[in-house]
Amino acid sequence: MLLNINRRRFLQGTAAAATGLVAVPGLHSARAAEPLKVGFVYVGPIGDYGFTHGHDVGRRELEKHYGDKVKTTYVENVAEGPDAERVIRQLAQQGNSLIFTTSFGFMEQTLRVAKQFPKVKFEHCTGYKTAPNMSAYNSRFYEGRAIVGHIAGKLSKTGKIGYVASFPIPEVVMGINATALAARKVRPDAEVRVVWVNSWFDPAKESDAAKALIDQGVDIMTQHTDSPAPLQVAEARGILGVGQASDMRQYAPKAQLTAIVDEWGDYYIDRAKAVMDGTWKSQSVWYGFKEHMLKMAPYGDAVPEALRKECDAMVADTISGKFHAFSGPIKNQKGEVVVKAGERMSDADLLKMNWYVEGVTA
Amino acid sequence: MSLDILVPMTLTVIGAATPLLFAALGELVVERSGVLNLGVEGMMLAGAVVGFIAVAGTGSHAFGLLAAALAGAGMALLFGFLTLTLRANQVATGLALTIFGIGLSALIGVKHVGIPIPALPKLDIPGLSDLPVIGPLLFGHDILVYLSLALTIGIAWFLARTRQGLILRACGEADLSAHSIGYHVIRVRYCAVLFGGAMSGLGGAYLSMAATPMWIENMVAGRGWIALALVAFGSWRPWRVLFGAYLFGGVTILQLYLQGSGILSIPSQVMSMLPYLATIILLTVIASGSWRGRLDAPACLGKTFSPPS
Repeated sequence: MLLNINRRRFLQGTAAAATGLVAVPGLHSARAAEPLKVGFVYVGPIGDYGFTHGHDVGRRELEKHYGDKVKTTYVENVAEGPDAERVIRQLAQQGNSLIFTTSFGFMEQTLRVAKQFPKVKFEHCTGYKTAPNMSAYNSRFYEGRAIVGHIAGKLSKTGKIGYVASFPIPEVVMGINATALAARKVRPDAEVRVVWVNSWFDPAKESDAAKALIDQGVDIMTQHTDSPAPLQVAEARGILGVGQASDMRQYAPKAQLTAIVDEWGDYYIDRAKAVMDGTWKSQSVWYGFKEHMLKMAPYGDAVPEALRKECDAMVADTISGKFHAFSGPIKNQKGEVVVKAGERMSDADLLKMNWYVEGVTA
Repeated sequence: MSLDILVPMTLTVIGAATPLLFAALGELVVERSGVLNLGVEGMMLAGAVVGFIAVAGTGSHAFGLLAAALAGAGMALLFGFLTLTLRANQVATGLALTIFGIGLSALIGVKHVGIPIPALPKLDIPGLSDLPVIGPLLFGHDILVYLSLALTIGIAWFLARTRQGLILRACGEADLSAHSIGYHVIRVRYCAVLFGGAMSGLGGAYLSMAATPMWIENMVAGRGWIALALVAFGSWRPWRVLFGAYLFGGVTILQLYLQGSGILSIPSQVMSMLPYLATIILLTVIASGSWRGRLDAPACLGKTFSPPS
């Protein structure tokens, strides 16, 4: 009995000593000299030339910025669902202290792993759930969509704007609505026609959807899927289009009006610095033009000079807060006023948007 | 949706069905010889990337198609060596071939992402191709569309009417019997597997050279699996596989056009289910009707053959 207690005390003592060891300054700094390990989980291939490609550009900027001080690992083509949890956990077990998970469908999985690894910092892209060691970050893509809608409204001859869409989640619905609102501001009879392909990435199907839209009179192609296929169809059929997530000019040198380009690098650099400095805190951010999380690609030849100036002014007004893509009056598909004149939709309402504005055919 | 949209819609359907038809016809021949190759997706990706690179490098579509067929056959050779010579499990090897193909094609294609190539040219017969309706429907396709239809006829004829076709079927139905009367089962199966690989390669090439002339990782996006399902759907008969490919492509495209027209407000998720729903319903009808009992898979499908010594 006595021996037992002693042994227990001994064990407690050893444990305390072991914990103490980690806190010894010399050892701690030795650890700090090791590079910060940062993990990335991607939903698509880095060669998708779209969304995942954009994140990987950000990851490479992060590595370039810190050189030897940061070591990144990425896992691509991770299916949303149970597989994701396994991948995220593996990255945490491999000693990554900061893990970015870059698809809406990774949210629950990230949250679960975050609870199991309280010392690892997690950053989830395009979701809304957070934890003490899990942040949410997202880009205000809709700010770019408003620019696109403006250009489309000005340049469309038929007044029909095509939209190849992935899944009807708030993120995508918001983009469709922002396009329609801006287009109808300059062309009141403009119509946004949506075709859902129920996939983020299926080039052949995206291309078929684009053909379906063009055959029915659409003359401006926009998309919220990840491959350049719809834009390529636009080029082949001689209509205009807008790139998605990356500058896709080489696929559509004549057709591309502009592209909404995601810029994740600055954010990744900031967050890695916060972890290195020990100042990382859980947060939920939604950055836009102002914080350089997105930008418009250089305008194509089809965009006239005057229109370029208008677009640049819209970007400037978005940054200054003078312009907001979702300012009233906004009517829904039934023609009922949902947002009154002079009001703006709150971020909270935007993030759960599940209705279409007037002028959307979906 | 007006009638004049039917022609462009049909063209889109043909574009969606052709890669499926190539891969499914190839797999049909493989399965009739008694081998189950689940690596169709991987072989299609190999064909897609190699065909693309060949066109990007040489500018010749003919060379690209040849390279794609060879790439698919090369992958199939690997599969054949493992399952026919080394007698590995076909299911496991086929799955591994798909995963291998996804990775390998991504690796080979890394430098070719973001490079556009000219699309496979479409037939243009002065006078004929310009005819209204008939012109684009009959005389306005690329070579692969005609080839896929010709191959359907050819394979149907080969299996049903030729001596070699009979031998191939014998290997798939009763490998021991075929062996005992002196046919080289393994050699026949090697030929079938290589042919299947070449066909899958062409199916992949259709995607990277005609449907969307670009290379992007994983661009086959699951069509290999649909092709595999089409073989069973078509109860191992070329004409039914042709029908299945066009039915599946047709319903997929129809729902896209319906969505774009905005005339029906059916949730898009239901629309996406349609091709699969149509497939299941048709299978149920076939299985419960007078065709019952004629659905049997080749008796030796998926079984490893070891010649008795």
